[in-house]
Amino acid sequence: MKKVKADPKGVLTGAHYLDGDFAIAEGALAAGCRFFAGYPITPSTETAERFAERIPYVGGMFIQMEDEIASITALIGAAWGGKKAMTVTSGPGFSLMMENIGLACMMEAPLVIANVQRGGPSTGLPTLVGQGDMMQVRWGSHGDYQIIALSPDSPQECFDLTIQAFNLSEIYRVPVFIMTDECVGHMHEKVVIPPAEKIEIVERKWYEGPKDKYLPYKPDKDLVPFMVKAGDGYRFHTTGLTHDERGYPVINAECQDWNVRHLSDKITHNADKIIKYEEDQTENADVVVVSYGITSRVAYRAVQLARKAGLKIGTLRLVTVWPFPEKRIQELAKKVKAFVVPELNLGQMAKEVERSSAGQAPVLPVTHCGGWVHNPEDIFIAIKEAAK
Amino acid sequence: MTKSKEQLEAENPIEHYLRMDRIPHIWCSGCGIGVVVTSFADALRKSNIDMDKLAVVSGIGCTGRVAGYVKLDSFHSTHGRAIPFATGLKLANPEMKVVVFSGDGDIFGIGGNHFIHAARRNMDILVICVNNFNYAMTGGQVAATSPIDANLSTAPYGNFEYPFSLPYLADACGATYVARWTVLHLRQVTMSIQEALGKRGFSLIEVIAPCVTLYARRNRLGDGLNLLKYYHDNSEVRHGADTRTLDISYQGKLAVGKFIDREKPTFLECMNNHMIKVLGDKYVPYGVKP
Repeated sequence: MKKVKADPKGVLTGAHYLDGDFAIAEGALAAGCRFFAGYPITPSTETAERFAERIPYVGGMFIQMEDEIASITALIGAAWGGKKAMTVTSGPGFSLMMENIGLACMMEAPLVIANVQRGGPSTGLPTLVGQGDMMQVRWGSHGDYQIIALSPDSPQECFDLTIQAFNLSEIYRVPVFIMTDECVGHMHEKVVIPPAEKIEIVERKWYEGPKDKYLPYKPDKDLVPFMVKAGDGYRFHTTGLTHDERGYPVINAECQDWNVRHLSDKITHNADKIIKYEEDQTENADVVVVSYGITSRVAYRAVQLARKAGLKIGTLRLVTVWPFPEKRIQELAKKVKAFVVPELNLGQMAKEVERSSAGQAPVLPVTHCGGWVHNPEDIFIAIKEAAK
Repeated sequence: MTKSKEQLEAENPIEHYLRMDRIPHIWCSGCGIGVVVTSFADALRKSNIDMDKLAVVSGIGCTGRVAGYVKLDSFHSTHGRAIPFATGLKLANPEMKVVVFSGDGDIFGIGGNHFIHAARRNMDILVICVNNFNYAMTGGQVAATSPIDANLSTAPYGNFEYPFSLPYLADACGATYVARWTVLHLRQVTMSIQEALGKRGFSLIEVIAPCVTLYARRNRLGDGLNLLKYYHDNSEVRHGADTRTLDISYQGKLAVGKFIDREKPTFLECMNNHMIKVLGDKYVPYGVKP
């Protein structure tokens, strides 16, 4: 993995007052993203607007495509054209992108997609918060594959995690998702952008061997194949069909097994390196509150109330939501009485906590259909129930 | 001294442009797609284009398989999405020439929206569309190009929907080069591809091709030779014709030729010119060699 310092052209060093959507655009520019294709959709549009405004001074491409299908597909083309590329969307647009998210996984194209979640299903609540796409991001395209998804809880983290998202996408040649929400997306807070030399950027894993020996899908030691870009004389082929190391279609069960397991293994075998979470006071906790995104900030209020009431409460905030930190949940499940999982959906990640704890500790979901954040009191009630 | 058959085959002048390790191809005998690929390869052979700077993007379907057979940077994308894929590739790497090679169902059915917008923007790509009047890969279903009264597996009593006239659509959307031929017009197809490769801007070459296995059999039109005879007897070369007059009726006359050839700035030229006008020196030009 080749690490370099950020290109200062894209880095707006200083302390700013930004919303989460703008912070994503700044994170992308700092990370070296020079290609943005998108389609307007509330509450994500501000990221596209910010990028469109900034890119002429940085040098790069912004294009508003005809729909979200075109946007995600253009990113895959741009990735193979050698660019770091991103798009941003929300529920309905995210649904439209699903087929070609599968293509990005199959072609192992590094790119970043931010989903500023709103209430669903369908048109739902365009202007109001939700966290209902957490399973869709993991499973939304057909077939078996793995992706990486991060969940920022503040504008600052929108900036920081967008850079990480680009780095992870380059390391693993996989689409990486920033699963934020309307609340964080539209929340204005202080965002500190460090000097370019303090920002670490991972370069693409470029192939440097003889041209006629290049195999676009031959896994390296870390299971991730090397990449080239179009126009450099490799004359490679890539397809959404099941393919061998050459990228040639091979339509049989053996190749399917090799291809699909590879897409999965390169993430699952590196999960320990990918997964990040924040933990507080879990050591002697009776109850651990597991949360992510905006809900972790609401849950914090409930945790304060519970601690004031003398309860032993730990918190686990997911920074990486996929791959899911199942090992850590397993370990905690042996020690705690119960988990409490508040989220702005009817219990999507709660099921994942339940699966990981494998019956060792009960899981109390605190569900909410979105439109507004939880009342901390509701989470506090669940914590008290769990502590019994 | 005459050369043996083996020697001649070994020297096939278009081999250099094909992935010979993937031959034989999957197309039926009598299919017209291979003929268009031959014309394409021949056009490359006759042009001065750097093959390292040329990419082919296909969608899904019989013609969608073309990307898998050309020895270039080649991308077999999803159904209908070859044009946005090509847009991303071209804009990421403006020094490349990007060719979309796909079928009528792919480009004008599921992918129609992308076609009209790429043409509107004057995206600098060449679209070669093999039009066989039906969805062949899935078994001969009705398409946006199927002539009225043609029988298709999902129009078993004959098609009653108005089909697209591809050159008219391309013209209306602002394409800078529009031609239509049949696979009988081998040399003209080659020349059109050569010409369009040399152009800047959005180009469409429609090539009408026989689908012997499905369209022709279902409509009892005979074999490949019968269809070539139909093309021969019914094609009318009408260069520069008004694109409103190019509808195709079932087994009717086929207007062919070059209909549109105009110059206008491409998407990238428009972007750079506009930004320089508005932002002056502060603008960092994109995709322009210093």
